[in-house]
Amino acid sequence: MALTREQMAQRVARELKDGYYVNLGIGIPTLVANYVPSDIDVMLQSENGLLGMGEFPTEAQLDADMINAGKQTVTARTGASIFNSAESFAMIRGGHVDLTVLGAFEVDVEGNIASWMIPGKLVKGMGGAMDLVAGADNIIVTMTHASKDGESKLLSKCSLPLTGAGCIRKVLTDLAYLEIENGAFILRETAPGVSVEEIVAKTAGKLIVADDVKEMTF
Amino acid sequence: MAGLDKRVATYEQALEGLTDNMTVLAGGFGLCGIPENLIGEIKRRGVKGLTVVSNNCGVDGFGLGVLLEDHQIRKMVASYVGENAEFERQLLSGELEVELTPQGTLAEKMRAGGAGIPAFFTATGYGTPVAEGKEVREFNGRKYILEEAITGDFAIVKGWKADHYGNVVYRNTAQNFNPLAATAGKITVVEVEEIVEPGVLLPSEIHTPGIYVDRVIVGTFEKRIEKRTLKA
Repeated sequence: MALTREQMAQRVARELKDGYYVNLGIGIPTLVANYVPSDIDVMLQSENGLLGMGEFPTEAQLDADMINAGKQTVTARTGASIFNSAESFAMIRGGHVDLTVLGAFEVDVEGNIASWMIPGKLVKGMGGAMDLVAGADNIIVTMTHASKDGESKLLSKCSLPLTGAGCIRKVLTDLAYLEIENGAFILRETAPGVSVEEIVAKTAGKLIVADDVKEMTF
Repeated sequence: MAGLDKRVATYEQALEGLTDNMTVLAGGFGLCGIPENLIGEIKRRGVKGLTVVSNNCGVDGFGLGVLLEDHQIRKMVASYVGENAEFERQLLSGELEVELTPQGTLAEKMRAGGAGIPAFFTATGYGTPVAEGKEVREFNGRKYILEEAITGDFAIVKGWKADHYGNVVYRNTAQNFNPLAATAGKITVVEVEEIVEPGVLLPSEIHTPGIYVDRVIVGTFEKRIEKRTLKA
């Protein structure tokens, strides 16, 4: 079975380490916050200028001046700090964020990522995504492995305009966890009940199956 | 208005000198921390051909979105413009020019503009459409693109509290691009919720020192919430 959005978030959460500063993108990455292990402390960075994003507010806490990068109302946790956008991106560009999780339309074997623009359709803009992928060393891309029509999103070469070049090394899809090394996807883990053959069939770019490929458990 | 007292009494005075084809830098992120009343005054004045630099362009009928209604904006420099149907229509019809700029690059362009730095190298956007036509240089084995600073004829800024010297503090994440825009305007206008007596704001807690600020006005704000999200 392909992973649910929640299972994808759970799997990403296993990459969190005590003391990490983490930036979570919109969509599935946001859900990762729900699965932070209770025995570790991580600080969530929201690029509109909040380090230490807390839970969504109660009605009484609701504050128009307190939002996250997805423009949702949020709270600040104990130990949080708030700053301007240049300071926020100094953290990101300066490599101070330990883990960045974001979605994508396509990735390829060279570590390129396309996530912001589909020519001919509405172009909404890249927001902070280009800064995040250029500034972070440790990035996990979360995405579906193939489109609804079965077209692979793990390619030899991205077909859409890039968000960043050569910056992605870890990809979690609904079918698999893969790493990108030396011009190939390395299959490290399969979703429970998903065969290696299915993943091979749905990966357009060069794929190497690791000798010790594991099945994820939840 | 004398010396270091930056207060003005009316919004008309606040934007005196704003004319067609000027560049306006605006603070705000989404609808959070936007200079609502200064935007309203731009609309009232009817100036056209503006270049507006802001992370977003409001929504239909609120924020910078209201300036699209009468085609006052010629060019928009922003990182994300996804919430606005009229914006999309004008973009696709060619009535509106748009320069999409990565959010961190946009912030740094304003910061550099205000700090007298004409351009800077960044890895952001290298290898993407953003890099087209820009100088590339390698430092320590990595490629960077040259991005130029931005300054504006006017900066419109939303603060929380200010004193008459133009010292400003912002509230929570309504800070965002506001302090950056404030540094990079030839004329910087700050509207605030409250003007306090000098000495009330602690010198060590000022976000925008008054040297950057030309005019301060007190206003009332709707503070519309774009995505009201409550704890489940």
